[in-house]
Amino acid sequence: MDIFIQQLINGLTLGAVYAVVALGYTMVYGIIQLINFAHGEVVMIGAMVAFTVINALAGSGLPPLVVVLIGAGCAIPVCVLVGYTMERLAYRPLRRAPRLAPLITAIGVSIILQHLAMLVWSRNVLAFPQIIDIKLYTIAGAVITNVQVVIILTCIVIMAALAALVYRTRLGTAMRATAQNPQVAGLMGIDIDRVIAATFAIGAGLAAVAGVMVGTYYGIAQYTMGSILGLKAFTAAVLGGIGNVPGAMLGGVLMGVVEALGAGYIGSYTDLCKISGISDWLTQRCANDGHFVLFGSNYQDVFAFVVLILVLVFRPSGLLGERVGDRA
Amino acid sequence: MQYAKHLFTLLATVAAVGLSGCGEEKKPEAATPAAESTPTIDIKIGHVAPLTGSIAHLGKDNENGARLAIDQANAADIMIDGKRAHFELLAEDDQADPKVGTTVAQKFVDAKVAGVDGHLNSGVTIPASAIYHQAGIPMITGSATNPQLTEQGFDNVFRVVARDDQQGPAVANYLASNEKPKVVAVIDDSTAYGEGLANEVAKTLKAAGVKVLAREKGTDKQTDWKAVLTKIKGEKPGAVFYGGMDATGGPLVRQARELGIKAVFSFGDGACTDKMHELAGEAAEGMLCSQAGIPPQAASKAFLEAYKAKFKVDPILYAPFTYDAANLMIEAMKQANSAEPAKYLPFLHKISYKGATGTIEFDAKGDRKDAEITIFVMKNGKVQPAAVVKAGKTVPFDQFLQSMGGA
Repeated sequence: MDIFIQQLINGLTLGAVYAVVALGYTMVYGIIQLINFAHGEVVMIGAMVAFTVINALAGSGLPPLVVVLIGAGCAIPVCVLVGYTMERLAYRPLRRAPRLAPLITAIGVSIILQHLAMLVWSRNVLAFPQIIDIKLYTIAGAVITNVQVVIILTCIVIMAALAALVYRTRLGTAMRATAQNPQVAGLMGIDIDRVIAATFAIGAGLAAVAGVMVGTYYGIAQYTMGSILGLKAFTAAVLGGIGNVPGAMLGGVLMGVVEALGAGYIGSYTDLCKISGISDWLTQRCANDGHFVLFGSNYQDVFAFVVLILVLVFRPSGLLGERVGDRA
Repeated sequence: MQYAKHLFTLLATVAAVGLSGCGEEKKPEAATPAAESTPTIDIKIGHVAPLTGSIAHLGKDNENGARLAIDQANAADIMIDGKRAHFELLAEDDQADPKVGTTVAQKFVDAKVAGVDGHLNSGVTIPASAIYHQAGIPMITGSATNPQLTEQGFDNVFRVVARDDQQGPAVANYLASNEKPKVVAVIDDSTAYGEGLANEVAKTLKAAGVKVLAREKGTDKQTDWKAVLTKIKGEKPGAVFYGGMDATGGPLVRQARELGIKAVFSFGDGACTDKMHELAGEAAEGMLCSQAGIPPQAASKAFLEAYKAKFKVDPILYAPFTYDAANLMIEAMKQANSAEPAKYLPFLHKISYKGATGTIEFDAKGDRKDAEITIFVMKNGKVQPAAVVKAGKTVPFDQFLQSMGGA
């Protein structure tokens, strides 16, 4: 049981990060039906900027929490700037182009950002300075660290704040109006360009926070780290129903938990030696080795995608997505 | 037209001067031994390693080792076939690039070298070895550890350093005898290197009677190991072995400590770097790892002193091995009483020579028998040699140093 709880904690931490990144995908998709493949790269840039700042301040004697906060404080404006520039230069000129054009542009932007980061921060795996004193807390036999607690709490606060922004403020109302129908929203006096730019900026800010969290949690950053993280978060957004803000949150958390449980248990349940009686060959093989695992823990990604496929087969618009013909 | 004629004359003069300059330069070298009554024989030995690029310092270190051996041999007045042997080192740069490496190999063949000491990188040595094989020229590498090199069936290829696949058994033996875990978890990164290493470790541990858990796998890009580690934690292993690189191994140890796993962590050479401390911080303290060969400070005292006296620096990494490689060729030539590759090659196969890195004998494949693997322990943020495993026996590092100091 304690193992199960531990896997759940692992999954929740990972899922919280996925959820914050997935929000960036889903907000942009909701408003202009663009899958912004460069979003994962923005997360990476957030982590890299935070790395530079934290590295520079590590020896300054400031308390670790302050250093990390300054790191995040620098990463967020940089990422917002990157997000805004990306929208202004790469996507806005293509807003009336066929949908495929901005999609391919997004992939191009992703490659450009990755290589710019490579030029600035080198190809090496960068190690975050170990400034945070990691404390372990035990809950029902499972261990949770102070960093994990902070990550989960931060993600809850961010999601609550974003939900408040989208459903309670004028900007949020304008965003939802633009998402429903840009032309009509424009006729009602909404400055669509500003709303879209704001959406990109907010998404990039969230990505920066996610980058800082990933960086401090794992202690490493590399210029390629954004692509796989972005892919997972995008999957989470689709899982929850892309374009739907609560869906992205649910999808992210679910994705993290499924991955952790998958990696934790798939090996034990596909160990053919448990059914070694069924064939002589298997009995012999197991007498030698004791284990004959069909799918090891390296299949954890496959596991997550299998869940995605199953959900899409039965609910093509995702868990919380609306059944609308022209969406998703 | 007139102008062109002048230019031609000028060029011809320059060329003539240049050529005669070269000739003059060479003469004194050949003249010194010739001044004495005994006839001399010129023997060319090639050394090749990257002398430019990011590992140029290691290449120069290798070259220094070979140069020291050649200079000592020249000073020792070796007689081969009744003639005074004069050895000449042809030092080339392969830029750690397989394409350049094969070009250099062809250059050596054309220059009719008697033997080749090199290359440094496995990836360069393997394609180049085919060219030496065709020409029948013996080559001995002092640093290429990839097993494939001697699996090609070439009878002219030797290595004086251990193979990568000897590391697995060594680190597993050390683990089993020194840490005495009852249960060991083995993880790999699903690459050819990581999986191969992990297989060897698991096999050796099982043979030593240690229970090995079902293999856990990640990828070479994995950053999150918590799910795998949590599963392992439930089985309470006394030790964990990871076959993979430092970029993934660092996060692995760090996350294990965050989960409260207290097992001893052990790695192969891919994660046997100080970078582990950077990536995992205090969590990396006490980890074990292995590297093929012995650290240079463990080479024989005579070698270390001669090297320091000649080059005014300490050897960095593989210089003792390239030194031995050159000496092995010279020794085989002495025994065969000939510098012809075809004649002295059989003597290399059955040689038994006490070099700077200990006694060297080759097996049928050309690999060194009982090659050493060094076990390192992370102490105060640095990987430091703890023991040397040789022929299945583990010798603490300070004892090993003493045994070499006496040589």
